[in-house]
Amino acid sequence: MVKLTVNGQPAQFDVDPEMPLLWALRDVLGLMGTKFGCGIAQCGACTVMVDGMPRRSCVTPVGSLEDASITTIEGLAVGDRPHPVQQAWIDEQVPQCGYCQAGQIMSAVALLEENPEPSEEEIARAMTGNYCRCGTYPAIRAAILRASGQETGPPAANASERTIDRG
Amino acid sequence: MRRKGQSTVGKLGTITRRTLLVGTAAIGAGVAFVAWRVNQPLENPFRGNPDSGDTALNPFVLIAEDGTVTIVVPRAEMGQGVTTTLAALVAEELDVGLSDIAVIHGPASSAYYNAALITSAMPVEPWDDGMMADGFRQFAGIVGKVMGMQLTGGSTSTRDAFDRMRIAGACARETLKATAAEVWNVDRSTLQTRNGSVIDPSGPRSVRYAELASAAALREPITDIEPRDPSEWTILGRSQHRVDVPAKVRGAPIFGVDMAFDEMLYGTVAMGPLPGVKAKKADRNAALAIPGVRAVVPLSSVYGEGFGVIADNTWTAFKAREALAIEWESEESYGETELNAAFDEAFDAGGGDVHRDDGDVDSIFSEAAEDDILAADYAVPLLAHATMEPMNATARLKDGKLDIWCGNQAPTLVRRFCAEGLGLDEEDCRVHTMMLGGGFGRRAEFDFALYAAQMAERTDGIPVKVTWCREEDTRHDLYRPPARARCRARLDGDGAIAALDMQLASPSILGSLMGRMGMSAFGQDATMSEGAGNQPYRLENFRVSTPEIDLPLNVGFWRSVGNSNNAFFMECFLDEIARSADRDPLELRLSLLDGFEPAKAVLRKVGEMANWQGGSVGPNRAQGLAFCFSFNTSVAQIVEVSRDDDERISIDKVWCAADCGLVLDPAIVRAQLSGGIVFGLSSAMMQEITLKDGAVEQGNFDTYPMMRYHQCPSIEVSLSRRQTFMGGVGEPGTPPAAPALANAVAALTGERVRTLPLNKAVTFA
Repeated sequence: MVKLTVNGQPAQFDVDPEMPLLWALRDVLGLMGTKFGCGIAQCGACTVMVDGMPRRSCVTPVGSLEDASITTIEGLAVGDRPHPVQQAWIDEQVPQCGYCQAGQIMSAVALLEENPEPSEEEIARAMTGNYCRCGTYPAIRAAILRASGQETGPPAANASERTIDRG
Repeated sequence: MRRKGQSTVGKLGTITRRTLLVGTAAIGAGVAFVAWRVNQPLENPFRGNPDSGDTALNPFVLIAEDGTVTIVVPRAEMGQGVTTTLAALVAEELDVGLSDIAVIHGPASSAYYNAALITSAMPVEPWDDGMMADGFRQFAGIVGKVMGMQLTGGSTSTRDAFDRMRIAGACARETLKATAAEVWNVDRSTLQTRNGSVIDPSGPRSVRYAELASAAALREPITDIEPRDPSEWTILGRSQHRVDVPAKVRGAPIFGVDMAFDEMLYGTVAMGPLPGVKAKKADRNAALAIPGVRAVVPLSSVYGEGFGVIADNTWTAFKAREALAIEWESEESYGETELNAAFDEAFDAGGGDVHRDDGDVDSIFSEAAEDDILAADYAVPLLAHATMEPMNATARLKDGKLDIWCGNQAPTLVRRFCAEGLGLDEEDCRVHTMMLGGGFGRRAEFDFALYAAQMAERTDGIPVKVTWCREEDTRHDLYRPPARARCRARLDGDGAIAALDMQLASPSILGSLMGRMGMSAFGQDATMSEGAGNQPYRLENFRVSTPEIDLPLNVGFWRSVGNSNNAFFMECFLDEIARSADRDPLELRLSLLDGFEPAKAVLRKVGEMANWQGGSVGPNRAQGLAFCFSFNTSVAQIVEVSRDDDERISIDKVWCAADCGLVLDPAIVRAQLSGGIVFGLSSAMMQEITLKDGAVEQGNFDTYPMMRYHQCPSIEVSLSRRQTFMGGVGEPGTPPAAPALANAVAALTGERVRTLPLNKAVTFA
C-alpha cells in the first residue's frame, strides 16, 4: 500500500509497487488528463509534478512515491478559473489535437515556478523533452512568453482579424 | 490545365482507382439507381431516439428543452479545428454564438457522406472549368452520397461542408421562424433571428428556439433557401476561439484512450510482424501467471494475426504481452536488400501507368547530346504516422449489440468491418467517435477497432479498453510508401527545359487499401504521381510514369499522401535544373506556371517575405525554395538554414505563402499550415522506417524520433485569395517543406542530398 497525495487529496494505491505512476493515475484513480505516449520517458506526454519538480510518470514506479505530493493537469485550475499557464494556452490557442498539451502545460508550469521570467534559451531547454506531433511549438513559445508577462501583443485568435491579402 | 493528347471525354475511360474505391456500385448499377437514391431524403440518425431529450431539426442541428443548441460535426477533430469551423458554418446561419453552443461528433451515418473527397478523386483538375469537368464533379458528389462514405481525409472537410452546413443552419432558422410565424399569425418574412431567439420587431416580441423546437421538428422543413452572402458574415472569415481548446487545456477525458466505465477491463495486442504471419510459439501460461491477467485471445484480421491480452489494467496487459515471448512463423527474410532489388527491377522493367504525357518526350531525348541531359535518382523511405495517442479502442458486446468508442477518421468503415467481423448486422454496431490524439491518415483504418471488438467477445458484456504500446503502434502502421524517382531533363542552350521525364516508383496505396477492404484494384492510382504529374507546371514535353513495386507490408494515407514524396522529387529536381542552367529557382518556376496566376502570386509573395536572393545568404547561411499545389491549395515555402562551427545545421526560419481561396478562419488556417510544415520537416530531417528479416526495425521514439522544440524554426504564414475555388489546409503545408529544406541544405553545403532522411548525410543541431 502506497500513500501519497494527488492534487492535494490523500490517495492510496494497493497495487504492484512497480506500476508506473501514469497507470496508477489513469487506470486506478481514473484521472485521465495525464497521457501515455511512449512508456520510456521520450515524449513528455505523461509529465506531472512530484514535489514541485517535473517528472515522467510513465517511468516512475508508484512504490517510489511514498508521502510524495503529486500535481496533475487536473490540479492546476482553481474552481472554474484556469491556471495562468492554462489561460495563456487559451489566449494563444495552442492545442491542435491536444494530446500532448497536458504534458506541455505541466512542463511549462514547472519551469515558471522555478524561473518566472525565462529567456528563450531557458524555455527551449525546459520544453525540449515534450514532443508535439502537430507542431505547435511556435504557439507554445508564445504562450510561455505570455504567461511570464514577456508577451503583451494581440493573441493568436483575434476575431477582429481579417488580414487576408485579397490581391 | 488540359493535358495534351487526352480529351476530357477520354478521361472517362481512365477513372482512377481512387474513384472506384467509392464508386464501384454506382458505375455498375447505373445512373437510374443513383438518381433514385439521391432523391430520397437522407437518413436522420437522430430520428427515433427519444431518450436523448433533444429535438433534431435536421441531421446537423439539435435543440434541447433547456435551450442548448448542439451542432453535429460529422468530421473527426484531430487538431485541424474542424469542430470549430464546421460549427461556425451552421452558427452563422442559425444566429447563435459559437460560445453558446455545444458541438459533438455525429454517429456513423450515411447522412454525413463526404462528397468533396470523392470529387477530388475525379480525373479533372480544379482549374479545368469546362462543362464536362462540372459534370464530373456533380456525378462524383452523387456517387459519394450513394456510398455514404463518412471519411475525414484529403483536406476536404471544409470544402465538403461549406454549402451543406450553411444550408442546414438556414433550414433550421427558417423552419423555426415559420413555426413562430404560425403562432403569432404573421408572415415569416417579417421575422428576424438573434442570439437563439426568433424576434418579431412589430410586437416587439421574441421566443427562444427551445420553445419552438419540438413543434418545428414536426413541420415540413423549409428548404427553398440560399445561404447568406459573405458580406453579411459575422463569424465566418474571422479567427474564432476554438471550441475544443478549453477541454484540451483542462486535461478533460475527451480522447478515445480516456474512455472509462465503473466496471471495465483493459487490454493490449501483440500482432505478427507482417500481414498473414502467424505465431509459431507463444508462452500463454507465462502471461496468464501474471496476477491480474484475465485472458489471452487469438486475433485475426486482414491486417495481421496475433493475440490480445485482457487484464485488470493497461500496465499489466503490457507486461503480459512481453511475457508471451512470441516466436513468429515467418520464413520471410525481407529487408533493405530486397527493397532495393524491387526498385531496381521496377526501373529496369520501365512501364507503369503514364499519368502525364505531354508532347513527345522520347524523341526529344533521342536527339539530345549527353551533355544536355541532366539525370538524378532520388529516394525516400517508409514513414510511420506516429500519432501521439497510440492506437486504441474500447468495445462492449452486450445483448447482441456492439458499441465501439474510439478516435477514428472513418466511422462508417469501422461500423461495417466490426459488424462483419463479429457476424452482426450493421444496425447492431454503434460507433462513438472520440477526439483524436492525432490522425494524419492512420485512423482512416479499422484495425484498432476490430481487435477491440474481437476481444469484447470474450468479456461477458464488460467493456474492454484496448491500448497499443508505442512499439506495437510503430511496427503495425499503414506506412507512407517508400518511393524512388528516376528523373531526366534535357536543357536547351538558353536554360529552358526541352523535356522532363520522371519515373516515380512505389507500391500503390490504393491497391493496398482495396486489398484490405476485399475489393480488387484496377486503373491508375493517382496518389502515385500527385505532387509531380498533376502540378500546374506547363512543359512542352513532360512525362510522368509510375512503375509499381510489391511490398510485403501495408501502406496507407500519410498526411499529404503522394504529394509528400513526389513534391520532394519534383521540387528538388527543378532546383537542380535551375542550378545547372544557371537560373534563379524562383524565376524558373514562374516561367513554368504561365496560366495559373495564384501559384505565381504565392511564389512572388514568399520571395518578398524571405528577401529571396537566389538561395545564398552569406557564408554559413542559405535558403531553399519549393512549391506544391495540393488538395486545391497553392503553397510556396522558403526555408532558411545556418551552420555552426561544428558543422551542425539549424533550421532558423520558414516563410510560407498560401492560397486556399476563401479563408473561413485565418488563425486555424495558419496553424494548420504551420503544423504541416513541422510535420514535413520532421520527416525530411530524421524519420525512416526500415525492414530487417521481415519486420520493422524501429519501435519507440528513440528510434523513430520527431522534431523537438529546440529544433523548430520560427514560421511566418501569409494567406492570399486569388483562387476562385476553395482548397484544403490540413495537408498542403507538408509537401513543400522537405524539398525546401533539402534545397536549402544543398545551397548551404554545395552538396546535393537526394535521399531522405537528410541526417544520414548532414548533422542537425
